[in-house]
Amino acid sequence: MMPRIVEIRQNVLKKNDLLARELRERFREAGVFVVNLVSSPGTGKTTLLREMLLRLGERYRVAALVGDLATENDAQRLRESGAQVRQITTGTVCHLEAEMIGRALEGWNLEELDFLFIENVGNLVCPASYDLGENQRAVLFSVTEGEDKPLKYPTIVNSADVAIVTKIDLAEPVGFQRDRFYEALHEARPGLPVFEVSVRTGEGMSAWLAHVEAGRQALRERVAWT
Amino acid sequence: MHELSIAHSLAELAIEEAGSLGMRRVRALYVKLGMLAGVVKEALHFSFDVVIQGTPLEGAELIIEDVPVVVYCSRCQEERTLPEPLPMRCPVCGTRTAEVLHGREMELYALEGEEGDTDDAPDRRDQAERSQEERPFG
Repeated sequence: MMPRIVEIRQNVLKKNDLLARELRERFREAGVFVVNLVSSPGTGKTTLLREMLLRLGERYRVAALVGDLATENDAQRLRESGAQVRQITTGTVCHLEAEMIGRALEGWNLEELDFLFIENVGNLVCPASYDLGENQRAVLFSVTEGEDKPLKYPTIVNSADVAIVTKIDLAEPVGFQRDRFYEALHEARPGLPVFEVSVRTGEGMSAWLAHVEAGRQALRERVAWT
Repeated sequence: MHELSIAHSLAELAIEEAGSLGMRRVRALYVKLGMLAGVVKEALHFSFDVVIQGTPLEGAELIIEDVPVVVYCSRCQEERTLPEPLPMRCPVCGTRTAEVLHGREMELYALEGEEGDTDDAPDRRDQAERSQEERPFG
């Protein structure tokens, strides 16, 4: 029996990546634009998403999937917007995986949607490794979290397409140092676009929503060309 | 702590590949791990040892090679290896760059094991598949 070394060269998360690719293709064919929201617990993903569903829901067909370890609470909060919402409870798993998205979408007709939002489990580490087939990954930080947070979680920042600063109405009371935050963010991901929002005052919401709409428009134009 | 999920995927992939190669007793798994992969090496080693118990990989060694972050500097027009994953700046001229060429990998690069008789391989494969089904998801 000869010991030997055989080259394999396969991505460890090959199965997830293949499923994510299939999902992305399904989304593309159905013409639905998908955004994956990631942040720490307490940054305000659900609050922001509820507001996005309300506002975009006036003009588009919107839906959401929301991941948590336990409870249906977030799905119930989001349903108040009138959108279709499904909760994914992961049990002990600290992130969403493509396979969970595929399962949660069973029975939904994607052709009837313009936007699908995925609220990931509150966690800035683990969701970074798992492609969900999304078109855009948005990483959220709140002004109460400390300006250097992007440097502490470079992997997620580096994998994001856009950053959102939430609770911007609290920037002054908590002494949020904007320059330090932008410096930290751009050391981890140079050129990453940033939107500052407050759901409470409405500040910055229209600019952020215009960005999401533009993303969908760009995707549709690309699809039309191919 | 998603290293347990990753260790599970790694073991599943290795069992599958060893099965199709007809490899008997896997001695080592060679994994390339990027500095930007977001995986803690120690946690992966620990999880791996837990996950392989009672599988055909039991006793196999996990050998991890760190892959540094390599970026493309548009100013120097060169590939540059970063001494640390942060900041995302060319170490020579200091220009910021978001173009990451390496450092996100999480790759099963090679398997080391003993070649088996070809007659033996189908049985091994069945055993691998059975143990995969029985294993809980972490």
